[in-house]
Amino acid sequence: MTGTDQPILETRALSKRFSIGTRFSSEGRRVVHAVDNVSLTVRRGETVGLVGESGCGKSTLARCLVRLYDITDGQLLFDGDDITAKSLAELRPVRRRLQMVFQDPSASLNPRRRVGDLVAEPLRVHAKLTSAGIRERVAELFDLVGLLPDHVGRYPHEFSGGQRQRVGIARAIALNPDLVVLDEPVSALDVSVQAQIVNLLADLQDKLKLTYIFIAHDLSVVRQVSTRIAVMYLGSIVEEGPSEEVFSAPAHPYSQALISAVPVVETTPSGRRKRIILSGDVPSPLKPPAGCRFHPRCPVAKDRCRTERPALVEHKSGRKVACHFPASV
Amino acid sequence: MMLSVRDLKVSFRTDDGLVRAIDGVSFDLEEGEILGVVGESGSGKTVSLLAVMGLITDPNAVIEGSIRYKGRELVGLPARELRRLRGNEIAMIFQDPMTALTPVYTIGWQIAEQIQAHQRLSRSAALDRVEELLAEVNFPNPREAMSRYPHQLSGGMRQRAVIAMALSCNPALLVADEPTTALDVTVQAGILDLVRKLRATHNSAVVFITHDMGVVSELADRVMVMYAGRIVERGSRSELFNDPSHPYTRALLGSIPPLTGDKPRRLPAIPGSPPSLLRLPKGCAFGPRCPARYEPCDAGKPDLAGGSHAAACFRVAQA
Amino acid sequence: MIYPILRRLGQMLFVMFGISVIVFLIFFATPGADPAARIAGRNAAPEVLEAVRHSFGFDRPLYVQYALMMKKIFITGDLTSFVNRGWKVVPAVLDSIPITLSLVFGAAVLWVVFSIIIGVAAAATRNSWLDRLLMALGLLGISMPVYWLGEVMNLITQSRYHDTWLFSWVPPLGYKNFSDDPKGWFLTLVIPWITLAILYIGIYGRVLRAAIIESMQEDYIRTARAKGLSETRILLRHALRTSLIAFVTLFGLDFGALVGGSALLTEVVFGLQGIGKLTYDALQSLDLPMIMATVMYASMFVVIANAVVDFVYILLDPRVKTS
Repeated sequence: MTGTDQPILETRALSKRFSIGTRFSSEGRRVVHAVDNVSLTVRRGETVGLVGESGCGKSTLARCLVRLYDITDGQLLFDGDDITAKSLAELRPVRRRLQMVFQDPSASLNPRRRVGDLVAEPLRVHAKLTSAGIRERVAELFDLVGLLPDHVGRYPHEFSGGQRQRVGIARAIALNPDLVVLDEPVSALDVSVQAQIVNLLADLQDKLKLTYIFIAHDLSVVRQVSTRIAVMYLGSIVEEGPSEEVFSAPAHPYSQALISAVPVVETTPSGRRKRIILSGDVPSPLKPPAGCRFHPRCPVAKDRCRTERPALVEHKSGRKVACHFPASV
Repeated sequence: MMLSVRDLKVSFRTDDGLVRAIDGVSFDLEEGEILGVVGESGSGKTVSLLAVMGLITDPNAVIEGSIRYKGRELVGLPARELRRLRGNEIAMIFQDPMTALTPVYTIGWQIAEQIQAHQRLSRSAALDRVEELLAEVNFPNPREAMSRYPHQLSGGMRQRAVIAMALSCNPALLVADEPTTALDVTVQAGILDLVRKLRATHNSAVVFITHDMGVVSELADRVMVMYAGRIVERGSRSELFNDPSHPYTRALLGSIPPLTGDKPRRLPAIPGSPPSLLRLPKGCAFGPRCPARYEPCDAGKPDLAGGSHAAACFRVAQA
Repeated sequence: MIYPILRRLGQMLFVMFGISVIVFLIFFATPGADPAARIAGRNAAPEVLEAVRHSFGFDRPLYVQYALMMKKIFITGDLTSFVNRGWKVVPAVLDSIPITLSLVFGAAVLWVVFSIIIGVAAAATRNSWLDRLLMALGLLGISMPVYWLGEVMNLITQSRYHDTWLFSWVPPLGYKNFSDDPKGWFLTLVIPWITLAILYIGIYGRVLRAAIIESMQEDYIRTARAKGLSETRILLRHALRTSLIAFVTLFGLDFGALVGGSALLTEVVFGLQGIGKLTYDALQSLDLPMIMATVMYASMFVVIANAVVDFVYILLDPRVKTS
């Protein structure tokens, strides 16, 4: 088919804008730049982690990538194929290869259906299988995600949060997708259960040669799962690079603050890391600041940052930073 | 001793019989001390502190044991007396700042309401105090913030307002129930700083409930780990994090992915999930998930044994 | 501030225009509703029919008839009834407005006050005998048809027990102008007020109880308890205050509908010549000018009532203002 260097997913200057209000409402029609000019390349077999504070646009971007949202501007390429403006019917064969797992497993599973049916549903819609074939495939999927065969006849509410997320994952991988977008898949789970799901995702990636886009607000989980990460702030990517490099030596002041803020278990009090505390809140995406969008909160902002918006520039192979004065990479 | 809880038991009458949410919890708290309470959902960490606050209003709840605050027994104290303590000497911060404030009143009004409930102050004196408090929790423009409604503030700002409210009567004891769980890490860092600062300036004792080991290790002087309604391990911060002895604490610490250094290919995970309180195992509640389980674990529930650093585990007791 | 008002006005004009066109078309499309035939009476000669048709303008195109009718209602105000020649409908509607307003307004005061008392008392004593008693009474109030209740009231206060000390003050049925005889106005309306209010006290009391109990589960109630506030204060200042939002929505709809003519049954039972009665009679005789006038009036009131509710909303719920 295609060469391995062909990116599985690529966005070119992708933007998503929502308008709120109408021309007749008191403040007039206003536009929210939820995702602003994002160019991201996802290669086969890797896991790209998207991180950032709530409201940074990471979930909106994820929904654009699977075309749950229409894209306002830019291009979205799946396996070299431009799917930016494809109709629902044209998307059908793509949907099979492009799946999504949501945060709250109890909200995304129909409570009145047995979990076996829920997992079989995508097979009935997309795959040409006999009912025996479907049963066989469901059993296989249950085994893959670590559910017992006799769980097939149960309802979602009979499961714990971790098991429900396993059902959600089984559904997502039922059609052998190439890419799975995981939106906060472990955030609603108990700490002791998170590690199980993180391991399961890693195992499935190995076995099924999956590519992941992984979104979570828990940075240590993102680091564990991702090979590459992209840090987002107010709808744009401010830093991108191999996960371990970005975590050990973040170049953008925002990434530095974000990573330093994560509380970690330190056994020796002297070993406590220096923390950068950001002043103020994330500005409203309705009125993003001029210049660099991070400058009002940036500890190292200079005059240039207030007027000129830095572009996402490659500083070193695979390390991109959108900052006029990045820390040395 | 500021707070001394002895053999606290909280049960709820349900259709499936009596469910014991808290089963014999005992702990002490000194003035100015920060106690971290760690546990997963259903571990009873919140319920036990709601019991201390006298905030369990469910008519089906049964509370037994003893809660002494500055030598005074709180269990069975008339509602009127308890109300005088609540919000005044003992204050509480809740998890979700989005829903913790009444949506139809301004921040200033709600904080002033608490001050006036406990102190004889004029409206304007109370509002002056509100302004001071909001400045103390780092509101850039306190006067202006007072006239804001909750929905007009960001999550971090709301939580600061809730903290200002909790501090309004200079409480000797502050109970914080997952106050940063709903917030971003950058905002969380600011709130944790604030809690540390408050302990320094007000000398309040703080009980900090969380599921995040990282947060506890940054903040707490002493730590208490709960599982299925019981304390499984307690000790000072360094005792607990340098030398965890209960298999649950060890496993929990092990399952957190590291933020620096080498990445393990697989995380050491705990199998299974926390038990339902309706169907607790016969012996040790952690038994079915425990890597160190042996015969005695199925027979009875281990008691918390040891001095300042104690664990409820037959293996640990035997060693 | 000026913009929302203009928008409301525009909305009102649009609703009134739409309704007037629909009423007009329905009238002319209704089989057997040939107005000329009705006016001329049974078995009228064709010439008579033709004369009637011409003198009422039924021989002109529909849109001209519509425009003329609108002009006569809103500009000259001299639209006359098809049934009672010479009876000007606009003054007739204007005369009946105070009657309906007096009836509905008084009943609304009663039902708001009593349903709040009942709702709060029941919520405060949830699951006690008082709560059960109040809710049972509320259900009873809801299930009694208003015409039946009105007749029973009349039977008791006008005939059976009229001569006892208890009801001798009740004046005969009918309406007295407030400006002529304030005491008479009040006395004649007391029984109709109670009759109309009972249904709504039942509904609103139950709705409010449910809303309060629901808001008592909210996190901010727990915060209020943690602040050390008294249960009374928590109930009244926090739970009731937030529950009133649902209450006001319901009130706006009901009040608008009642003022617009839904108090018909009460008006009929107590011999009050209000809007409801007027509309009812006009429908009986298919008197288009009168129907048109009362419907215009009613739709205007429903829109105004909605605007008032929106305004009260802003006072009750600050979240509405910004979103």
